[in-house]
Order: sequence, then structure tokens, then C-alpha cells
Amino acid sequence: MAFRAAVITFPGSNCDRDMARALEAVSGQPAVRVWHGDADLPDRLDLIALPGGFSYGDYLRSGAMAATSPIMRAVIAAAERGVPVLGVCNGFQVLTEARLLPGALLRNAGQRFVCRTVGLTVENTASLFTAGYTAGATIRIPVAHHDGNYYADADTLDRLEGEGRVAFRYTEGVNGSARNIAGVLSANGRVLGMMPHPERAIEPAAVPALGGADGRKLFENILASLAAA
Amino acid sequence: MQVRVLVRLKPGVLDPQGRAVHHALEGLGFAGVEDVRIGRLIELDLADGTDDDTIKAMCEKLLANTVIESFTIETGAAG
Repeated sequence: MAFRAAVITFPGSNCDRDMARALEAVSGQPAVRVWHGDADLPDRLDLIALPGGFSYGDYLRSGAMAATSPIMRAVIAAAERGVPVLGVCNGFQVLTEARLLPGALLRNAGQRFVCRTVGLTVENTASLFTAGYTAGATIRIPVAHHDGNYYADADTLDRLEGEGRVAFRYTEGVNGSARNIAGVLSANGRVLGMMPHPERAIEPAAVPALGGADGRKLFENILASLAAA
Repeated sequence: MQVRVLVRLKPGVLDPQGRAVHHALEGLGFAGVEDVRIGRLIELDLADGTDDDTIKAMCEKLLANTVIESFTIETGAAG
């Protein structure tokens, strides 16, 4: 099956190669690499991925500068047309700054950079990213961030939960996130932002040091949803 | 014209930096520190006559994230 994904690289992105590799490993197709200064995205994309890192050195606020970059205008337009968008870690921060997702990512409540593999409860199994998981299942995915403390006002949090837009929740306190939210979906379910790194957990071999394989499923879900469409 | 934009976390938004500085002040022996909140001061040098709406738009579009932050604009501030 033809699968065309684009991975955006901002100055300071550092998980873009991991993301491209994960997409290639699961789909068998090379990911298109796109630079932040490009004005246009390639045609007929099946997925746009915004990787982790420290875009623009986290100047002003994490993700704030990247959200204003030329390529983000094209990403926002594509998202509005329904092209799936996955933002991981700094990519999630960029999506909130670009207002494609509600809320914001604050400094971790414990002030420290958190870098370890954590448990996530799968809360939503209706989206193209999560459909292959079992509702309520615990998966293990690595996190590595300083600003992962999800914040939204109480009304927004209630709305997100009421609409089933919380994709994943931490099984333990990780960074002070409101209601332990680790990942959220857009209203149409086609934009997912998450702090944990599924692209670091794609090795099917039993190699725990490589992050396990629970993240692989997320990419397989995206492919499966396209095949079904 | 000189414009100063003060960006603050909204009330109720946790400020881990402020909390750490609060603890540090207490650790230095300063008594009576009730709370510490850390914000950001942005100084802009703008063309004379830049209107308030434009400055407000700069704040809303980039300088502050209004999901978590409020801002105040001071125009005509002496250098």
C-alpha cells in the first residue's frame, strides 16, 4: 500500500530521524523530509509528523517560534482539510501553540527534565491513531521532556474528557499534567499531540533498552485506518 | 517609541519556577515571602505611531500564550 508521510524538521528538532525511521520501519515507504522554511508540503500526504526536540531553542515558549514558521501555515491548512497530523513532544507543544490542539504544555511540576519509560492508559480507541489498542490497556512508552505539564482550564478539560479526546493518560504522576493527560486529540480526531515518544518504542524484538514495541502499534493503526478508508 | 510588554502566568496556573525561587529565598533566610510568580518583560522599539491594536495583536499572536498567560502593555515608558 502506498503510504506517504512527511516529517517536518525545525532548527533544533532532534527526533526527526527517529520519527522518519519509525514511519519507514512500519510502512516500508520512505518518509518525505520537509524543512521548516519550506512554504509548501508535498501533495497527497497521508500523515504529517511534527517531531520532538527543542525547536528554535525553546525561545519565548516551547513550540512558540516553530508555530509561526512558514511550513506551519501549510500544516494548519492541511489539518483543516483533514490530513492526519501527529505531534510528539516538542511537536505537541508546537500543535498547542499553533492552536491546532487546546491547552498548553508548562514546565514540569517537579522542575526537572523527566527521561524514562512510563505507563500510559489508552483512553480512546476510536481515532485513527488509537483504534488498534485495547481500551483501558496500559502501554509503556518513553518520555523525555522538561515542559510536558499539560494545562487547560477546567471547562476545556471537561469538554476534552466528555468528547473522548483524551487519547492517553499517565498511569502515574510524571510531570504534573492536569488529570494526568499525556495525549489529546482534535475535535475531528485527526490531530494527535502526545508527550511520550511512540517512535522510540517500535522494536518488536524483546529489547527493553530500546523502549519496547508498544509505540509501533500507533503507526500500524495509522496505516490500518488508511487501508480501511 | 518604546513599549514594554509584561507577560504573566494567569492566576491559578502553576509556576514551578516561582515556587523553586520561593523556596530558595526562604533558604537564604528571608522571612515573610508569601508567594513568588515569575513573568517576562519584553521591550519593543516600534515605529512611532504604531497603534494599540497592532501591539495587542503582537501580544495575542506571539508574545503571550493567552491560554496560560495574561499581558499588559505599557507605552511611552521612559528608557
